[in-house]
Amino acid sequence: MAIEYLGLSKINGPLAVLEGVRGAAYDEIVEMTVNGSEPRLGRIIEIYDDKAVIQVYEGTEGMALRNTHTRLTGHPMELGVSEDMLGRTFNGIGVPIDGLGDIEPDMMLDVNGKPLNPVTREYPRNYIRTGISAIDGLTTLIRGQKLPIFSGNGLPHDQLAAQIVQQASLGDDSDEKFAIVFAAMGVKYDVADFFRRTFEESGVSSHVAMFINLANDPVVERLITPKVALTLAEYLAFEKNMHILVILTDMTSFAEAMREVSSSKGEIPSRKGYPGYLYSELAAIYERAGIVAGRSGSVTQIPILTMPGDDITHPIPDLTGYITEGQIVLDRLLQGQSVYPPINVLPSLSRLMKDGIGEGFTRKDHQDVANQLFSCYAKVGDARALASVIGEDELSPIDKKYLEFGKAFEQTFVGQDIHENRSILDTLNIGWKLLGMLPREELDRIDTKILDEFYQPTEPEDHKAVS
Amino acid sequence: MAKTGMIYGINGPIVHVKGDVGFQMHEMVTVGKDNLVGEVIGLSSASTTIQVYEETTGLKPGEIVTGSGSPVSVTLAPGILSNIFDGIERPLEEIAKTGGAYISRGVNVDSLDTKKLWDTHITAKKGDHLLPGSIIAEVPETPAIVHKVMLPPDMEGFVLDTVEDGQYTIQDRLLTLQLPDGSEREITMTQKWPIRIPRPTAKRFPPTMPLITGQRILDTMFPLAKGGTAAIPGGFGTGKTMTQHQIAKWSDADIIIYIGCGERGNEMTQVLEEFSELVDPKSGNPLMDRTTLIANTSNMPVAAREASLYSGLTLAEYYRDMGYHVAIMADSTSRWAEALRELSGRLEEMPAEEGFPAYLASRLSAFYERAGMMRNLNGTEGSVSIIGAVSPQGGDFSEPVTQNTKRFVRCFWGLDKSLAYARHFPAIQWLSSYSEYLTDLAPWYTEHVDKKFVDYRNRLVYILTQESSLMEIVKLIGSDVLPDDQKLVLEIAKVIRVGFLQQNAFHPDDTCVPLSKQYKMMEIILYLYQKSRSLISMGMPMSVLKEDKIFDKVIAMKYDIPNSKPEMFDEYKKMIDQFYDNVVERNA
Repeated sequence: MAIEYLGLSKINGPLAVLEGVRGAAYDEIVEMTVNGSEPRLGRIIEIYDDKAVIQVYEGTEGMALRNTHTRLTGHPMELGVSEDMLGRTFNGIGVPIDGLGDIEPDMMLDVNGKPLNPVTREYPRNYIRTGISAIDGLTTLIRGQKLPIFSGNGLPHDQLAAQIVQQASLGDDSDEKFAIVFAAMGVKYDVADFFRRTFEESGVSSHVAMFINLANDPVVERLITPKVALTLAEYLAFEKNMHILVILTDMTSFAEAMREVSSSKGEIPSRKGYPGYLYSELAAIYERAGIVAGRSGSVTQIPILTMPGDDITHPIPDLTGYITEGQIVLDRLLQGQSVYPPINVLPSLSRLMKDGIGEGFTRKDHQDVANQLFSCYAKVGDARALASVIGEDELSPIDKKYLEFGKAFEQTFVGQDIHENRSILDTLNIGWKLLGMLPREELDRIDTKILDEFYQPTEPEDHKAVS
Repeated sequence: MAKTGMIYGINGPIVHVKGDVGFQMHEMVTVGKDNLVGEVIGLSSASTTIQVYEETTGLKPGEIVTGSGSPVSVTLAPGILSNIFDGIERPLEEIAKTGGAYISRGVNVDSLDTKKLWDTHITAKKGDHLLPGSIIAEVPETPAIVHKVMLPPDMEGFVLDTVEDGQYTIQDRLLTLQLPDGSEREITMTQKWPIRIPRPTAKRFPPTMPLITGQRILDTMFPLAKGGTAAIPGGFGTGKTMTQHQIAKWSDADIIIYIGCGERGNEMTQVLEEFSELVDPKSGNPLMDRTTLIANTSNMPVAAREASLYSGLTLAEYYRDMGYHVAIMADSTSRWAEALRELSGRLEEMPAEEGFPAYLASRLSAFYERAGMMRNLNGTEGSVSIIGAVSPQGGDFSEPVTQNTKRFVRCFWGLDKSLAYARHFPAIQWLSSYSEYLTDLAPWYTEHVDKKFVDYRNRLVYILTQESSLMEIVKLIGSDVLPDDQKLVLEIAKVIRVGFLQQNAFHPDDTCVPLSKQYKMMEIILYLYQKSRSLISMGMPMSVLKEDKIFDKVIAMKYDIPNSKPEMFDEYKKMIDQFYDNVVERNA
């Protein structure tokens, strides 16, 4: 017996208020019909007695206080999932938009998910080779990790993400099943199209499920898009034992949408107008990456966010950084020097790297090389600051060496072609070649035994060959 | 007869009940047909406000809220150690057994195993007059720790009879007590204590003993006392969690309570895995034997995150009452403060700075003041030390949580982004960090390590301070133009930074360094400084001194001298003497 309620008592932005409801549950999904034909979905986000505040996913356009019928569904937002969803395209709430018909669901899952019990998690240790030196060498991506790309408008984060997807999937010669779940929240049409084309060109599109909420699609819809996408990812990973790479772009639009809804609801803002629960909401998304003990699948997340004003201390990148296991930071200065990918390695970090590299995983010198490159490149910054004051000519010989090292590092280690797929050994060898430009005493982060084995001073003419 | 009320409004984790149904503040309640756990946080004649420790999805107005009559409490008995709980002391292992990989709602499990039989040795005798907190039995809880069963702090009386030594569960009667009013009470191993009320003690001592962590920058530079409080603030990626892990692993506390408050799930898994494998250098038992984890990851309900800190603290106080030194790692207190903010926002309270509620400071102070070195009611002495990580927004230490924390802790280990970027770990900035315990602990260092310890430490700090002011000049004109004695300061400061302050957590010897070695290292560095200075004063240029690579050798001594071979330091002294003679000879 489904009671339909006619009319609303208030509409404010994306929110509608319904009075006189009986038996409505918090977080329940309601189905609404506007003008007797147009179906919409909404979610109850607050209840007081018989008054329910409904957040309408498709937006409140065209709704009037009298033309809307509302029906309670009795359950929270659910997604029908199935393996057939790979190769298909959906809108932000999981309805197919590619004209290939409906999905026959294998099961219905609550999109909100549940927190994974820490004792049933398995600590991620398997690294994913991306073929990109700055990532493989210095911020290694681990299966089951959440490693966001902090970017800015106009930086090539989309190309980088696409390259990771192509090389990580194709470079993997094991026969384990691999798939990609792609969720776009409030992205430009061109961006969504870029990803679609890239997936097609690289021949992986049959392994990709795309959830698209474009910039001009309803704002509230993108609040649910990452959850819908992750629900499918969890199903494929933990029920179907696949390795899933989830790309979420752009998390900034997601947070903006949350601020918009929060302000229409009249909530007390905390930082920069974002609601106090921004951290919890972001965590509920990012923490859905991982590996469950006893199952062979995994969910790896690469969220992309554009830092407003390139400011890494803005609440969105800031809170993200506290939840995710590291970050890859893109830098406008490097972009200006035509370095691709313009990864600024100093603020970039992979927290899970230490347990997934070294002997038995990559090579025993990996951690030492990474530490040393970080430390030397940090000194390059000091030398450059000094050079800008006193001029390059006045620098001490060792500072000059650092300047040279810095340039070569950016050009040959960080920089690579958009189609270049480097092996981990290549990456480490380039690292050693660069370290060879510096005198051995400067290498204070490397164990003496490893130095003995790998260190070879580079002859000056070799630098030219490198750079 | 339990009091009940009816749900009227729901907003996230906050539930309103119409009218006043007679609940008390902080009373534990069960909410709705799923029996979700909640706590009363506001009362007025018109409405009662409840925060729910679980997701409220699916809750409806009209469902029933039932009071429990007692405040939110933790269960205290053997079985706490080497266990992992959520924020309100529900064992996650048990939840996984009943509910699978995900944490479902309304799970009803006992906090502690009530079936397990413990070897019990009864220490109380028939006829004894027992005061509050008296020890009545001993149970080997883990190979490392003897659990002392105590009378609750609010109970005293005469022992009428006891059971024999043997195996008992935590619910079996151990003895019967005659209370002062003449009534009889059966005493078991179990007691309950409200999490928001500190357990009573007899006397508070000033701090006199350091909490030795094996981390040079902490033990030598900015020591924390047993019973002290410390804050580790730092932006993301600066190594807060890593520092907490190192202290949890290597500190000489008897018991570690590790609270993962609003942090990453994978991190808790890592602690669980690593601590089960690692061996405590003191006792030779797995580290997990002395550790309890409280995990409330960032995606678990926000209200339980707020409670998790208090739950952990109460467990710590309980072990302190047995006479143990307990250290609490709270990672991170900012998440706890944000949970306060989130709940305060839902309650539509007037926000103060940055949206945090005005009572943030008083809550923080109440939390940190529960630390201390105490004489317990039963005469034993124990301590609770609190080490709280702070995650300031944007790494900016001027934000409210860091600033308020700074007011209530006496030890401040500020983490620095630029050090972390250069992978200088631990990235504790030596100029902005401080420890007020240094003077309190100086006598201990004099007595137990060496009378020159504090003096050496101060000299290192002085050199580092000199370096920082010299660096201002170097930034403007380069280091080449400095006079040689100042170049030497820079060189020695580098030895201190790289050779002493930097410590490699993944190196088998360097991960935990005994105080005696820390002292010897300082001695060698200062000896090198003294010898080099006299060479400089003889007119030798710095470039000549550097030919010998002695500075690099001293930097590498942390790796080259194993912790078990302190006698090797004498060779270094000889090496420095030789270097001195060589330079003099060559340039005479």
